[in-house]
Amino acid sequence: MNGALVALIRRDLQLAYRRRGEMVTPLMFFIMVTALFPLGLDPEPMLLRTLAPGVIWVAALLAGLVGLESLFKSDYEDGSLELMVLCPVPLELVGLVRVLTHWLITGLPLVILAPLMGMLLSFPSSAMGTLLIGLLLGTPILSLLGAVGAALTVGLRRSGMLLPLLILPLAVPVLIFGARSAAMAVAGDDVSGPLYLLGAMLALALTLSPFAIAGGLRVSLEN
Amino acid sequence: MTTTDALSCEALEIWRGERRLCHGLSFRTEAGRALRLHGANGAGKTTLIRVLAGLSEPESGAVRWNDQILVEAGDGYRQSLAYLGHANGLKSNLTPVENLSAYVAMTGRPPAMSIADALARLGVGGVAERPCGSLSMGQQRRVALARLLLSRATLWLLDEPLTSLDAAGNELLVELIQAHVERRGIAIFATHQPLELANGVLHTITLGGAA
Repeated sequence: MNGALVALIRRDLQLAYRRRGEMVTPLMFFIMVTALFPLGLDPEPMLLRTLAPGVIWVAALLAGLVGLESLFKSDYEDGSLELMVLCPVPLELVGLVRVLTHWLITGLPLVILAPLMGMLLSFPSSAMGTLLIGLLLGTPILSLLGAVGAALTVGLRRSGMLLPLLILPLAVPVLIFGARSAAMAVAGDDVSGPLYLLGAMLALALTLSPFAIAGGLRVSLEN
Repeated sequence: MTTTDALSCEALEIWRGERRLCHGLSFRTEAGRALRLHGANGAGKTTLIRVLAGLSEPESGAVRWNDQILVEAGDGYRQSLAYLGHANGLKSNLTPVENLSAYVAMTGRPPAMSIADALARLGVGGVAERPCGSLSMGQQRRVALARLLLSRATLWLLDEPLTSLDAAGNELLVELIQAHVERRGIAIFATHQPLELANGVLHTITLGGAA
């Protein structure tokens, strides 16, 4: 079964490499949205610095929605999903593997870019570590939640707008604690509380969402 | 392959949306037999194949693999099953070789023959290194059919396997099914085109009518 999982990861990475143009879109979106704020607002460093945690987290959250619809869509349309359901690997693991490769390709580069965008918003370098850890914990949760929505709506023809409506309310706690941890770091407070909570949410999402993803995929395949 | 493998249905009632496709459908197919599901468009062939594969649930009744209902047969059933849906299950960005090697690895069992041999047998050996998206529909169907040769499955469930195949492709598929059945395999396929097998191994069920 391990061989099967490795094969799935390999195939997903191979596919991502062939479609690298699509993979860059969320990243470009993240850069654009964060870069728009200093342009639209008064470029006063103190103001930007106050807004930076929220701006970066909201941008990361929205960037996570870009391309989310296609997470299982092509598998659904070309019949690969049926083969994935019928293969001896549990669908829960198949779904989890897909989310993790998706995060590696879209989420991780975003986290790596975040300090750069922080500098653009005069985010203090002393708090950069907290921002990074927060995003490292938070973006996988967003990917996992997004995958649940993507699995549920994969059978619908126009799921484009429905998906954010489903996902965004669920992502609110992640946003609150993520942005809060960065803001507290800027203020010089102890940030362990919100980071622990993010970690707990990640553990919860990692363990529970695969079942919801598999359930969603099965329901979508029923018809 | 054991000699006792059998797929049976008891009093299947299948609905698609608001429409009842069949009720009281019972049949049994054993190793060394082929079953053809016949019926007009919309008669429920695809839905029945999906129910047999365990992808959809029947409204009532049960599908049994070796006298175990599918849910209980679980992984053992999936190991014995090669399914070809109306979609080919090929990634258009990957080559036939990449697609098939991912499939082989996913089944978790060594393939029955090499991927190159399987592709050559189906007459698509020459395009093994081209992205599937650039192949014709018939070639893609042949690549998808190559999965049957790679898998060691006893039971073949094929939904309209003749789609997009040319005359030579039709003949080839008939040969493959015949050979599979003679190796004590089971083949169940849905098609509205005539397809004849030798030695009286083929049975036909006609779906539809006054449903």
